[in-house]
Amino acid sequence: MTALTTHAPVLLIAIPLLGAFATPLIGKLGRGARNTLVGLVVLVVAGLAALLAVDVFTAGAPTIYEMGGGTFTFPLSGGQVPVRILFEVDSMSAFMGLITALIALTGAFFSFSYWKDRSGSNLYFSLFLLLTAGIFGMQMTGDMFNFFVFLEITSIAAASLVGFRVWLKQSQEAGFKVMAMYTLSGLFVLLAIGLLYGQYGHLNIAALASRLTGSLTDVIALGLLLTGLAMKAGAVPMHMWAPDAYGEAPAPTSAVLVANSQASLYGLFRVLFTLFGASVSTGAVGWILIVLALLTIFVGVTMALIQNDLKRLVAYGAVSQIGYMMLGVGVGLAVSATKPEFGLVAMQGGIFHMLNDAACVGLLFFASGAVIRASGTRDLNAMGGLAHGMKWTSVCFAIGAVALAGVPPFNGFASKFLIYEAAFKLSPFLAVIAVLSSILLLAVFVKAFQAAFLGPRTTAMAHVTDPSPGMMLPMVALVLVVVVFGLFPGFFVDHIVTPAAKALWLGRDAYINAVLGG
Amino acid sequence: MSNHGMSVIVRTVTRFVYGLIILFGFYVIMHGHLTPGGGFQGGAVVASAFALLLVAFGSAGLKGRLNLHWLQSIEEVGALAFLALAFLGIGTAFFYNLLANSGGFLFGASVPAGANAGVLNAGGTVPLMNWAVGLKVMTGIAAVAITMLIGSKKEETE
Repeated sequence: MTALTTHAPVLLIAIPLLGAFATPLIGKLGRGARNTLVGLVVLVVAGLAALLAVDVFTAGAPTIYEMGGGTFTFPLSGGQVPVRILFEVDSMSAFMGLITALIALTGAFFSFSYWKDRSGSNLYFSLFLLLTAGIFGMQMTGDMFNFFVFLEITSIAAASLVGFRVWLKQSQEAGFKVMAMYTLSGLFVLLAIGLLYGQYGHLNIAALASRLTGSLTDVIALGLLLTGLAMKAGAVPMHMWAPDAYGEAPAPTSAVLVANSQASLYGLFRVLFTLFGASVSTGAVGWILIVLALLTIFVGVTMALIQNDLKRLVAYGAVSQIGYMMLGVGVGLAVSATKPEFGLVAMQGGIFHMLNDAACVGLLFFASGAVIRASGTRDLNAMGGLAHGMKWTSVCFAIGAVALAGVPPFNGFASKFLIYEAAFKLSPFLAVIAVLSSILLLAVFVKAFQAAFLGPRTTAMAHVTDPSPGMMLPMVALVLVVVVFGLFPGFFVDHIVTPAAKALWLGRDAYINAVLGG
Repeated sequence: MSNHGMSVIVRTVTRFVYGLIILFGFYVIMHGHLTPGGGFQGGAVVASAFALLLVAFGSAGLKGRLNLHWLQSIEEVGALAFLALAFLGIGTAFFYNLLANSGGFLFGASVPAGANAGVLNAGGTVPLMNWAVGLKVMTGIAAVAITMLIGSKKEETE
């Protein structure tokens, strides 16, 4: 058991990779063998992520894993420097790992039924697992260049998945757009890493963080990292790829793409708090993050308001939620020099919202995927009365929608309330925009729900039924997450969110000392 | 690019050099741990020989000799072999080089300190990983080239 926990950070990446390359080979044996393999891989990965999270939360200190290790013991002593690739998992990384595991697990099982009647699905599952491996890599790594490598792995896998349905023109266009934007963001990140490496000769995050001086070159590197990672997270004004990507990707992939965006956001937070936390003015950078967050929230919601395409509507909703995470963490960053009480609340809200958003948006994408599959259209004007045939799907969609809009007693309310409260303390204006946008988002989903599900049964939509249990079960699992997290937010905030928030907000020294020694 | 390939001059030269290109690619992979190059570079060199064959003889001339499904399967095997080699050292850590300096036949020789001509039979899992990567890259790029040829051919007929 302890050996498994020790190796958990690397197994989280190695096992999906193994699965990704074995899937096309095993797939030649038939669909059953392939589904068994993929199901086993995601189950093992989910177990490992949970094991790792329990271990890191109870230890309260970052875990180090040295690739090809056996030479050094950590923390280092006597002026040693880390030369090998390190994985460093603190509470925040472990928390992100839980989100990815949840989405990979439900997404894979949803995909089994979703791709039942399509050819070429071996490649789909191969790319799916590759994307999962890349996301875990971004979250576990303690090395900047390694982070870039995993960023590129997710970029390639994600772009291929978005353009996977090559028989659709929009899908090809979206895939190309995603590829171009992800490459651009990857280049920004690479250039920034190059600037840092050129100055300090280190790639390890802890070693770099302890040496950064805040020179002009450092600030340029920070700007590049902020732009590149915010671009990949889909923050306005670099969001133009996101609605296309979420909208055109197969439904289970859209959920994983959101987890991918969150991984970029995690990278951004890691850079801002751990890497640059002591060498640049966190107040100024925090306000930049807040401005980006408000733009993202407002533009995302108002664009969702005018959509008539169900999937695109949910996609814009997903874009706006990225803004709430950035708002919470941005408020925390803006006040991190003085560390008042409400700063931690803001961090808790922003970080809790990542988990809640993954569950709600995943649920909405699954439900809209089921609706589009059953009705054969994505146009809200062509739908209507679907609730007659799709009772359970409509309930799932409704729960996901009100939870995302922040209506109690669901989980979206729990995290958004923390964000409102803390943002109000910094500036009431922030809270006003955030609350107003949530109300608008509720209007968006009322419109979508009314158009798609309510009304009399139409002749064109008379044939629709609820999807098979294989697609219902992942949705029900996410509904459970949404409801349980909404009913008992205190328990989850205390046990998993607060350690993650503290690891980012207060844990900079612990992160560095775990590698370099005190 | 037609189905029938290029002129007789190109085809004759191709027949003469493609074996040498493949040999050079294998050399780059084999000496990856001693000289500049390695699995990726050597694999790309070998794949360039495949690409040359494709261009010179066209898809008709290649029929049956390079099968897309086989290439893809070998590519997966290369990737799996790389991961398996990384898993070899899991007793200590992932990617731990179990075979280096083991004294064994399989790249286990120790390298003497100081300037030397290079010991080929050293490096442990590193040369083996070079071969795994080389296998993946040569088959992968060849598969991409064949796929693009098929794609461009379709557009010609349309």
